Amino acid sequence: MKTWFFTEDAYPYLPDPDSYESIRVNLPNKHYDPDIGADLYHRYLDMWTAADEIGLEIMLNEHHQTATCVVPAAPLMLAILARETKRARLLILGNPIANRNTPVRVAEEMAMVDVLSRGRLECGFVRGVPYESAPANVIAFRGTERLWEAHDLIMKAWTHHEGPFNFEGRFYHMRQVNIWPRPYQQPHPPVWVTIGSAGSGVQVAKHKHVGAVFLAGYNGIRTIFDGYRSGYREAHGTEAPLDRLAYCALIHVGENEHRAREGAEKILWYMTSNKVAAQWNNPPGYHPPHVAAMIMKGTRGGAGVPLNPQLDDQMARGNVFAGTPDKVYEQIKAFWEYSGGFGHLLMMGQAGFLSYGDTLTSMQLFNDEVYPRLRELTESYDPDRMTYLRNSLPDVEATSLGDLGFAFVR
Amino acid sequence: MSEGKMETITLQGIDLPYVRRGSGRTLLMLHGGGGPVAPMPFAATLMEHFDVVAPIHPGFAGTRIPDRFDDIHDLKFLYLDFIDALEIEDAVLMGFSMGGWAAAELAVMTTARFSRMVLVDSVGIKPGDRDTRDVADVFALHPAELLKITWHDTSKAPNVAEMDEDALAAMAGNRIALALYTFDPYMHNPKLPGLLHRIDIPTLLIWGESDGLVTPEYGAAFRDMIPGARLVVIPEAGHAPQAEQPEAFVSEILAFAS
Repeated sequence: MKTWFFTEDAYPYLPDPDSYESIRVNLPNKHYDPDIGADLYHRYLDMWTAADEIGLEIMLNEHHQTATCVVPAAPLMLAILARETKRARLLILGNPIANRNTPVRVAEEMAMVDVLSRGRLECGFVRGVPYESAPANVIAFRGTERLWEAHDLIMKAWTHHEGPFNFEGRFYHMRQVNIWPRPYQQPHPPVWVTIGSAGSGVQVAKHKHVGAVFLAGYNGIRTIFDGYRSGYREAHGTEAPLDRLAYCALIHVGENEHRAREGAEKILWYMTSNKVAAQWNNPPGYHPPHVAAMIMKGTRGGAGVPLNPQLDDQMARGNVFAGTPDKVYEQIKAFWEYSGGFGHLLMMGQAGFLSYGDTLTSMQLFNDEVYPRLRELTESYDPDRMTYLRNSLPDVEATSLGDLGFAFVR
Repeated sequence: MSEGKMETITLQGIDLPYVRRGSGRTLLMLHGGGGPVAPMPFAATLMEHFDVVAPIHPGFAGTRIPDRFDDIHDLKFLYLDFIDALEIEDAVLMGFSMGGWAAAELAVMTTARFSRMVLVDSVGIKPGDRDTRDVADVFALHPAELLKITWHDTSKAPNVAEMDEDALAAMAGNRIALALYTFDPYMHNPKLPGLLHRIDIPTLLIWGESDGLVTPEYGAAFRDMIPGARLVVIPEAGHAPQAEQPEAFVSEILAFAS
């Protein structure tokens, strides 16, 4: 099991939420104080370099026009980390290639980071959440198709070494592609793609890329992972290795139950802060018509995150793992067994006002007391035993999940 | 509501459904982003005076968006084939909102089969400078706000709360199709103003006075770009005067084109 420390780099110093319509897209940036922002950038970079020193891997992402994630250009952060860290693998999850209309530029940026870090890049591609359509001014319709075409172009740019090639596709047209540098890792850096449904995993499995699931909880994880696994089996005739699947949850480890809860409550800011106006949740073409219709009618939210999440509830759902090291290990193990297993744990270990000190304490406790046991757990992975375990664990009742995870999955 | 019988014609490999009803001069009616207008009361009245032909743009009313369709020009070329296939002559070309844009695009290609054009609260041009939002960003407005600027009397708007699942899904599908045709450049073709001089048939622009989505001033700018065109503004109507003031709307059409 590899564990990846992740923070979204939030800017949490905001006015009363009643005073603004949406934390995404149209929250005026007069609320952003660059002095505070500078401190925050350095603090988050310090957290990532600490993760490197502690022994965790590193994950980062990007969003646009939002206080929830003030990294609109993740490759820039990635470049800094390529230089400032020594050991950790560097996962960008991911490049929003359905909304960036320059796949070759993405291939170049990623190749640069791969060389700079001497082969430590893990490169994610995502379609992006619904509220990315307006900032990008890109129609969400056919986002998945654009993602895969951009993916194909990037893969070819990385792996083609005999001079310029031609690529004139449905969406992207390049006639002289010949990137310098080429990637450090051969034939190319490991690729990750986020998945949120059984169907979306199939194509990812076909490519043997890592399928990463965000906050699907007990309610969704089996369906999604099973979709990937059956897609993998069908395409390759063998079982998907554990390291092809990843799960992201909010994680906080504390010295005692009280401290752990305090920290976990702070990380819940990630959910509580996500006030998103209806128009940004439901851009045309992001959701299929019947889903978009439900959002229009208000019978389901498009934001994906409940505004009043309760810690116990979110822990029960498998979206938050929090407590003492023993408890956190038990929670992850239970979820791991229920899900059928995965090889990567994406640890959203910092959000909102959780301090540098508390974040590092949690990372350290995780590394010292949870991580070794998780490694043992995955090393003992036995597909037959897993099948037996899975069969003995009934599906968790489909509770009304709101739409947790819905918007985060791509 | 008049139940127009649907026919289907296959063009460019696309099954294009359309209503054809009534008799008299042919009136080709291109609906806007809200979806087909043929079932509305004003259309029933028009069918008493015209041979109304009302196709459904691919993607609307539950139909599929063809894989190769990207923008308004795909629609334009589809309708060029459509009017040839139907061999319509001396017809009235009428378009609502984005259908008006499609009509204008069609007319700058050829007016050979038409003798009149009517544009109703139509988009398609960008009269203002780059810092001016000429057409309200319908994809960025809160649904309640959108309703307010679209209707003079919001009580006449379709009530989402009362729609069944199919109607809602069709509405959501319409919104996707609207976005496909209008997303970027938003609601206009930068080259259209340079081509509108080609329109050589009498043209009437009809606008709802309270249209906050595409204002009457926008309509006036559009009028000024089309040789000899006239603009009529209908009071107590928003973006859909045909729905809010059907009688006034129909009488303008009859006076202009029957």
